[in-house]
Amino acid sequence: MAEQRRGRDGRRPSQRQRIPTLAAPAQGWLGAHARCLIEALGRMHRRWVASLLTVFVIGITLALPTGLYVLVKNLDTLSTSWQGTVQASLYLDDDVSVERGRTLARRLDARDTIDGAEYVSAEEGLETFREASGFGDALDALPSNPLPAVVVVTPDADMTRAAVGELVDTLRGETGVARAELDQAWLERLFAILSLIERAAWVIGLLLSAAVVFIVGNTIRLDIENRREEIEVMKLLGASDAFIRRPFLYSGVWYGLSGAVVALILLGGCFVALAGPLGTLTRSYDGALDLVGLGWSGGFALLATGIALGWCGCALTVNRRLADIEPR
Amino acid sequence: MTDIVAFNHVVKRYPGGKMALDGVSLRLARGEMAFLTGHSGAGKSTLMKLIGLIERPTRGQVVINGTDLATVRRRQIPRYRQRLGLIFQSYNLLFDRTVFDNVALPLVIRGLGHADIARRVRAALDTVGLLSHERKFPVTLSGGEQQRVGIARAVVDRPYLLLADEPTGNLDPALSADIMRLFTRLNETGTSIMIATHAIDLVQRMGHRRIALDHGHLEAG
Repeated sequence: MAEQRRGRDGRRPSQRQRIPTLAAPAQGWLGAHARCLIEALGRMHRRWVASLLTVFVIGITLALPTGLYVLVKNLDTLSTSWQGTVQASLYLDDDVSVERGRTLARRLDARDTIDGAEYVSAEEGLETFREASGFGDALDALPSNPLPAVVVVTPDADMTRAAVGELVDTLRGETGVARAELDQAWLERLFAILSLIERAAWVIGLLLSAAVVFIVGNTIRLDIENRREEIEVMKLLGASDAFIRRPFLYSGVWYGLSGAVVALILLGGCFVALAGPLGTLTRSYDGALDLVGLGWSGGFALLATGIALGWCGCALTVNRRLADIEPR
Repeated sequence: MTDIVAFNHVVKRYPGGKMALDGVSLRLARGEMAFLTGHSGAGKSTLMKLIGLIERPTRGQVVINGTDLATVRRRQIPRYRQRLGLIFQSYNLLFDRTVFDNVALPLVIRGLGHADIARRVRAALDTVGLLSHERKFPVTLSGGEQQRVGIARAVVDRPYLLLADEPTGNLDPALSADIMRLFTRLNETGTSIMIATHAIDLVQRMGHRRIALDHGHLEAG
């Protein structure tokens, strides 16, 4: 008899009944939230043209600062890979002999502030240039070597940029040195521009985040206005503000999340479009240049930001609006 | 405590000076069914709104099921309303949800579990004779059927007081009689009911207690 009373899952009927009873409150709470989440999606689906437009606007708005961020990140890795090679070039007067040039290089090399100094004669310089530039034939046509002899100085790696600048100034005063130039001067300018772009990315990012908050807020405001009667009925039936607010908050979350997904797709498209030309550029730099994407963490951060902004936009609107709607 | 509704010298004056209720005192006993009659503007709706806490009285005391409504704060209103069953002239159904979902709404608001909701919604729909319509949308139903959905929604959470504001206002006499019979049946199961209506002839035939309002004053009761 006992065997017959067992259900299909092999448990006795009394055992099977106990499980849902125990889990009922949690199920009810979780179920209510899951239902709201699905319901909010259903509402968006029912007015899908308007929803899609909103999502695209949010997506483009999020894609702009994120794209800028990726650009800055790429330029940053680019510049750090060049940062280690701080060198100063001392161009020597034409009448300085090879011997005197070598002596100067040895003397500089002995200094504490200088890691290394190498003499490159005019002929060696010409040879290197010929190999690297491919202007061989044109150079042959020249009556004489146009390049000066150079002492390439590598300052001590621990020195600050200002100290390096001072060092270069003193080297300029050495006899036989026509000109002294720090190779890094243009790099300094690049850094300045980079930090400017980075700052701009933050400012634009903040402004556009605010824009997303307002877009979602306005969309939810219209949504609430369209559902005014429904909200009144719910309030008459004893729905709390929290209960009425919940599906709207989830709409905000959906808008933010889908906007972030659209932004990711847009950025992915840009990445693919740029990968070809950038690959060519990279090869010309012996592969030193690697295009850096948003990465997993960046992608998740974008999605989380989208959700947070959607939630904020909604939360800022919904309380004020719901308080306005009272049954008459 | 035996009274489900008690009004003590209630005055309601709207901003702008219109006197809707002028010193009304009345009682509705637990399990009683009464009709609230009077022409438009007599104060029927105002009286209903005071019970539903949609409006607050200017002076006087309203006690519902032993609770002085003056002590119910704004945040507590939802919980208070959950124990009332409200029925409206315009049915106030949600048209993007099925009959089942409309009736289930008070239970969903209270946060009941799935199985519980399904069982009680079907019981309520059975009471109003619409069990076979649970998957339909309100627009596909007639006016009388829509009002019965409204009644099912009002009784699904077993309220201690059922309030109906002109429930037959949009229905023809035959359907109105149907709805009124339904109220009588619900009253026989122990629910206290107050129905505002101006269908005087229907009320007289039913033989229940009548509370008549005239320009904010009580006429008989």
